[in-house]
Amino acid sequence: MGGIGRSVTRLEDPPLLRGQGRFAADIRFPGELHMRVVRSPIAHGRIEQIDIADALDCPGVVAVWTGADVAEIPPIDFRQMRIPGLGDYRQPILAQGMVRYVGEPVALVIAETPYQAEDAAELVFADIEELEPVMTAVQPLGEFAPGLTTEAGVVRKSYGDLAAAFEAAAHVFELEFAIGRHTGVPMETRGAIGFWNAEQERLEMHGASKVPHANRLAIAKMLDLPPEQLHLFEGHVGGGFGIRGEVYPEDVLVCLAALRLRRPVKWIEDRKEHLLAANHSRDQHHRIRAAVDAQGVVLGLEDEFFVDQGGYVRTHASTVTDLTAGMLPGPYHIPAFAAAGHIRLTNKTPAGTYRAPGRYEGTFVRERLMDAIADRLGIDRVEIRRRNLIPAEAIPFKRGLDALGTEVVYDAADFAGLLAKLEASVDLPALRESLAARRAAGEQVGLGLAYFVEKSGLGPFDDVILSIAATGRVEIVTGAASVGQGVETVMAQVAASVLGVAHTDCTVVHGQTDRIARGMGAFASRVTVMTGAAVSMAAETLKDRLRARAALLLQADATGLVFEGGLIRAGEASVPLGEAAAACAAEDGTPLLTAEASFTTDHMTYPYGVHLAVLRVDAETFGMVVERFVVAFDVGRSVNPMLVEGQIHGGAAQGIGGALFEEFIYSADGQPLSASFADYLLPTLNEVPMVEALVLEDAPSPINPLGVKGAGEGGITAAGAAIAAAVEDALQGRVSITRLPITPGRLRILHLN
Amino acid sequence: MKPAAFAYHRPESRAQALALLAEHGDEAKIISGGQSLVPAMNFRLARPPILIDINAIPGMDDIREEGGTLVIGARCRHAHFEKPVSSAPIGLLLSRVAANIAHTPIRSRGSFGGSLSHADPASEWCCVARGLEAELVAESTTGRRTIPAAAFFQTIFTTALRPDELLTEIRLPLFGPGWHCGFAEYARRAGDFALAMAVVACRVEGGVIREARVGLGGIASTPVTSPEAVAVLLGQAPSPALFLAAGQAGADATSPDGDIHASGEYRQDLVRAMIRRALTQAFA
Ligand SMILES: Cc1cc2nc3c(=O)[nH]c(=O)nc-3n(C[C@H](O)[C@H](O)[C@H](O)COP(=O)(O)OP(=O)(O)OC[C@H]3O[C@@H](n4cnc5c(N)ncnc54)[C@H](O)[C@@H]3O)c2cc1C
Repeated sequence: MGGIGRSVTRLEDPPLLRGQGRFAADIRFPGELHMRVVRSPIAHGRIEQIDIADALDCPGVVAVWTGADVAEIPPIDFRQMRIPGLGDYRQPILAQGMVRYVGEPVALVIAETPYQAEDAAELVFADIEELEPVMTAVQPLGEFAPGLTTEAGVVRKSYGDLAAAFEAAAHVFELEFAIGRHTGVPMETRGAIGFWNAEQERLEMHGASKVPHANRLAIAKMLDLPPEQLHLFEGHVGGGFGIRGEVYPEDVLVCLAALRLRRPVKWIEDRKEHLLAANHSRDQHHRIRAAVDAQGVVLGLEDEFFVDQGGYVRTHASTVTDLTAGMLPGPYHIPAFAAAGHIRLTNKTPAGTYRAPGRYEGTFVRERLMDAIADRLGIDRVEIRRRNLIPAEAIPFKRGLDALGTEVVYDAADFAGLLAKLEASVDLPALRESLAARRAAGEQVGLGLAYFVEKSGLGPFDDVILSIAATGRVEIVTGAASVGQGVETVMAQVAASVLGVAHTDCTVVHGQTDRIARGMGAFASRVTVMTGAAVSMAAETLKDRLRARAALLLQADATGLVFEGGLIRAGEASVPLGEAAAACAAEDGTPLLTAEASFTTDHMTYPYGVHLAVLRVDAETFGMVVERFVVAFDVGRSVNPMLVEGQIHGGAAQGIGGALFEEFIYSADGQPLSASFADYLLPTLNEVPMVEALVLEDAPSPINPLGVKGAGEGGITAAGAAIAAAVEDALQGRVSITRLPITPGRLRILHLN
Repeated sequence: MKPAAFAYHRPESRAQALALLAEHGDEAKIISGGQSLVPAMNFRLARPPILIDINAIPGMDDIREEGGTLVIGARCRHAHFEKPVSSAPIGLLLSRVAANIAHTPIRSRGSFGGSLSHADPASEWCCVARGLEAELVAESTTGRRTIPAAAFFQTIFTTALRPDELLTEIRLPLFGPGWHCGFAEYARRAGDFALAMAVVACRVEGGVIREARVGLGGIASTPVTSPEAVAVLLGQAPSPALFLAAGQAGADATSPDGDIHASGEYRQDLVRAMIRRALTQAFA
């Protein structure tokens, strides 16, 4: 009946498959106006003046604003991981005197049609005095503003006695690694519609996603509105990946415009804007040192890394840097550790989180290091990992670090067990033999493998309001959000399991700030863990009441009652769930039987796994073909295995993209050279093999009632590391891969040298 | 990404189209499949005040054989070539080439003549037309002329077509008995514009190559031929070593520019490989 563990099809899909989706651009209000943002064509400069006269004269134009028109609106604040010193680097909603990346909003045009807005926007002329841009995070510090350098902050984390580790070391490794600038590219670009609801005297923003409740508070504060006067509404969302749904300048601008003009104002991002304006990610440079004993066991790690933050520090503040440092040691014991992450401003599009933020990067660095140690000491690349893994007996394992403001405690894991299962499932010795045979026959083909630890289920809370109607229909109102990942289906399955109803009899509400007071939204693989736990608690509360009520109705012993098929049964006798619910509601004097629950936690839960890639390199073109991609992933408990696999497939595709294809390239003067899909190369079905998912449930989380761990990110985390290892193996040590993405042109140069 | 305003005409005869072109000249652009023009307009890289849509004109996508020549109507869609349009070697060659052009939706709209008129240096059809020495037929109200491919491609996105001219036909050799044709390209992803490509046609008689044509694309501001590779091939018996030598000679004679996708040196390596592969395919 669609309970936990069943691969039921998604409740979300029927309207989407019928073309009845309501994405941001589908939302239309009568009399709506259209906003077009005028963006800086210059990477770094001082605005001398902005000429808007011609634009104002264009047909249909209602307003043209520049920075001066919004000078009283504060810059966009941080949503999480605020650390001292970052505040001065926040982004204004329209440039205030300075531009710091190509694509920065400098003005806006609001007109009756999108065509008129775009025509007029072309006539806004910003006279900008060009300044020298800073184009890498590793160059000497420059000046961000008078008295402020281009280093916004440094995140430091450590444990253990590092000096002792290096003293005891038989070998010391020093390596540098770089991860290219790329990001999540949802199929639906961003969009926001500001609407002044005169009837209710409130401002509304439609097209919200990811964190509507947090954004409601943030935008209300910026516009100096009481929060009750602003509501956010999430429709269908065509993918998020971390980048969509944060507060961006455009979200605030449509709200402000709707407030000032008292007309609906709509902004739909085009793809070129998206690649220039939505958060970039990754782009880190690491210098790592390892103290290693004679057997290849890592005694200590020291990592200094530089994060290319782009032009401003956006809502994520230090999140990516924090997660990189806090999660870097991964599944290995590593008794001593120190990391220093430098958040450096450059003149590129600002950066934020993207699926597995900090872990994609850190996993690449750590796993490449493991391979390098193995190769130099002549130890097998799998064996070196076995020697360093945290043993099952040491779990729960306190890492001695924090991440996202919580103490890192690996709550349940059998790292060696998962590795063994993967080896058995692909028959690793046989696979290696067959690849060796192909190499002997002249092919350049190899295998790479990388371990990762993910984090998920970030607290501190999630609330749920669950009600049952007399018809038996269950409504679950959550503070979660849906970015397309299947929230409705999964929450319905959790409730269905507890209440013994069909999951199709459950309706799930998410992303509506007028339906529930608080909500944390959807990020950090948190929803199934946090919202799922709250749903199960609320359902259990109602089940207790229904059981008592049904026992009276059926004249039966409460302990023997069975909830199934929408009925509460005592042997042959039964009462429909809805009828029992109605009886309870009548008792309460409410229309529906309702319970609220809140799940709170101070800790995250840590899923983990291994990626394995088989890859072929063409001898003439250096083109790389991923022949096989396997993800072994322990998610504690899989509410819907099909959806977990879907997450893995999508994640792996994106991981392959970052490893081999996707990169934002800039010219020396700061012009973006990858601002369309002709130049920013996303992998397609042709470049991604059928991903093989080995979903394990060996280590259920003890810190939430369902035992689940988040499954949203493990498909991507180790992809860069595994693919790099496979390329090296294919070329049998003739190259060493220290940088992503690995392009054919770069591989050719490595091979020549 | 909304185009600037434009006026739109949809003539129903070739004469009407030519008259419109004569009247508007520089101001007007033909729209055929729209697969290059429309993206350029949406990015506002192109802003033609007037569009003349040739999709309602009958006969502009006919294909016929005339003597030893395949005559292709300019509006013939890429997808039309996915199955061989002729039993002569050119038919199989064009079907192999078509599989490399973009993706199904684009192939079902984009046209042969549109590709040539657009003159992207990495266009497969442009490479084929130049390498195999096609003749291009242009018409205007003042008459009709035939332009050899060598004179047609002038530089990137620039052809010998006058603003009042409509490209109507492409004439390619059918390549009779004894001819072997092949094509190879390398792109980072399936369907991307290639980093380098080569097309070859060789006539073998008495075990040796008597005639050869080699065209290259994606490596210069126009598609080019490779007389150096041809020189290596002529008079020789086909063999893997010969194909490699032809590739090397072809590559040595080029000096491609680099961009974010490939350096000049890398493209040069690719030229060698693509000539070799195209020859290998031709004689497989
Ligand atoms: C995502 C994508 C990938 C692509 N990949 C490839 C690829 O790998 N290889 C490739 O070759 N192409 C590729 N293309 C381009 C595609 O093949 C175009 O269809 C082709 O270049 C132009 O043909 P069209 O009929 O669409 O021309 P249009 O876009 O209609 O016109 C292009 C230009 O030619 C002019 N024109 C068109 N017909 C005539 C005529 N009969 N007489 C005079 N002028 C004319 C127009 O005025 C315009 O300037 C790709 C396009 C896209 C969108």
